Amino acid sequence: MALSNSISNIFGVSPIKPLQNHMAAAIKCVDLLDPFLKATFEDNWDKATDVFDKISAEEQSADDLKKQFRMHMPKSLFMPVSRGDLLSIITKQDNIANLTKDICGIILGRKMAIPKKLQDDFIGFAESSAETCHKAHGAINELDELLETGFAGSEVKFVKKLIRDLAAQEQKVDKKEQKLRKKLFNIEADLSPIDVIFMYNIIDQIGGLADTAELIGNQVELLLAK
Amino acid sequence: MEFFTEYGAILIIIAAMAGFFMAWGVGANDVANAMGTSVGSKALTIKQAILIAMVFEFAGAYLAGGEVTSTIRKGIVDSAIFAERPNDLVFGMLSALLAAGTWLMIASFMGWPVSTTHSIVGAIVGFAAIGVSVDAVHWGKVSTIVASWVVSPVIAGTLSFALFRSVQRLILLQDDPFTKAKRYIPIYMFFVGFLIAMVTLLKGLKHVFKDNGMALSFADSALIASMVGIVVAIIGSYLLSRIKRDLSLETDNRFANVERVFAVLMIFTACAMAFAHGSNDVANAVGPLAAVVSIVSSGGDITAKSIMPPWILLLGGGGIVVGLATYGFKVMGTIGRKITELTPSRGFAAELGAAATVVIASGTGLPISTTHTLVGAVLGVGLARGIGALNLRMVGSIFLSWLVTLPAGAGLCIIFFYIFKASFGQ
Repeated sequence: MALSNSISNIFGVSPIKPLQNHMAAAIKCVDLLDPFLKATFEDNWDKATDVFDKISAEEQSADDLKKQFRMHMPKSLFMPVSRGDLLSIITKQDNIANLTKDICGIILGRKMAIPKKLQDDFIGFAESSAETCHKAHGAINELDELLETGFAGSEVKFVKKLIRDLAAQEQKVDKKEQKLRKKLFNIEADLSPIDVIFMYNIIDQIGGLADTAELIGNQVELLLAK
Repeated sequence: MEFFTEYGAILIIIAAMAGFFMAWGVGANDVANAMGTSVGSKALTIKQAILIAMVFEFAGAYLAGGEVTSTIRKGIVDSAIFAERPNDLVFGMLSALLAAGTWLMIASFMGWPVSTTHSIVGAIVGFAAIGVSVDAVHWGKVSTIVASWVVSPVIAGTLSFALFRSVQRLILLQDDPFTKAKRYIPIYMFFVGFLIAMVTLLKGLKHVFKDNGMALSFADSALIASMVGIVVAIIGSYLLSRIKRDLSLETDNRFANVERVFAVLMIFTACAMAFAHGSNDVANAVGPLAAVVSIVSSGGDITAKSIMPPWILLLGGGGIVVGLATYGFKVMGTIGRKITELTPSRGFAAELGAAATVVIASGTGLPISTTHTLVGAVLGVGLARGIGALNLRMVGSIFLSWLVTLPAGAGLCIIFFYIFKASFGQ
């Protein structure tokens, strides 16, 4: 009797936790990038395939979370943050998972061997880019505390600092990317041209991970501004 | 009039049964809305909520329910018109109870969000305006009541907005919110105690004092209410002092312990909410009953000054308690489980804003909808960026329910009215 005649109907599902869960899934993909690259450096393609399967699974679960998130975002929801901003954040989070899968997919598909001379720089660059994603994750994880304080006060300052750190990290990634490109340029004449094209492509995409993470930070900053 | 000597007993029995049924329905359904926020934010278990509801709904009905009951009993219809035809008023009030009860049953099965208050007011206006004469309705009073339905959610929303903002400023945005929470929350507890005591003194105990030849001035009442408030705040402070900070809870959310402090406050605001609900909503059930009893016992003299016998409010309060015990606990559990996003720091602001509005409305004799007032209060907290997501579709369905409930209550009441007239050979 009378269950829909109830005050509970006014409470929607808060988007914060689902958004954080999705980011956590995307981060799981990113965390697998390092073991994947190391497996390819060891020429252990069986292991690389295993890791890639895990990445695919995580990417799939991130995809599912994204779909659920969107389904629970009707226009009639009244939220302390704009619906558009949230949807754009989740798209970017999802891009992180997609990019990771694409990067590993190309490397695995072409059995791409990164030249020994580049490996240290390459892994350093990838780790640095992954670190940017972690910093974005850190900002997303503060959203529940932001909600608790009603998006005001010292919590806002704290999150702004996180976002500054995130931007600084992205700058570091940029520097590493330039350095790596230069090194690749120096030896590219000795490599197969097609391989080289794809290597530039992969470097681009790994840099893209950091760019996307920074975009997430920018979007979180927009949430604070309102 | 001989009609009343002949049929008086049976009329009172029918009215008492219908009134009890309405009160039962209020206890079974409505109370869950008033208390669901406390259960949902996990400040109270269902058992605790039921216990608080039983005590404070009853207290609210008995101590502060008189004014609204009197509005329902004689404020909506113009007694002068009925002086010549008291039977019509008795039939009308009986019909209003049956119509509102029936309409609430239908709406419940269909899952429409309707209010007991709107059903009963619609029903009374219906039989008086159409069954008797358009002049039989105190349109001035009715328009005040209808206006209060719009105003009450707005006031509640403003109050909760302000309450939440004050909590933000005093506690949540401070460097050490846990300590600040313990320091400032007793102030809110004082306010809860003061509010309930003040309404009880000004409205509920008026007659008791008059009978004993006592009179309290407004200042006396305010002084006593302040003392009650201080006692409440001291009890609250003792409860707060038992909350120790548990750092292991803060790994996931740094405000977990602050919320535990607010959960204690929510016990108090839940009491206020139950009291407010009892003071306003019980009148829907017992107002018409009171009208029937007073007419029958005075032998058809409508204008006679009659003091409402206490058993009527007792019956209403009792009906609510029985409703809670038989069915209300189930509904409360369901509602509580569905409200998962409300934390005590927000729930208290919503409850206190709504309770204050309802209690003040009760004091001025305005029958308002507790649920709608609470919805307004929740939206107020939402506007202060306090709640993760609110579903505005609910607001639309509230407007729809207004549009439907008033004519439906009125229509059903007219049908019952003519059935009564026919069956008593009038």
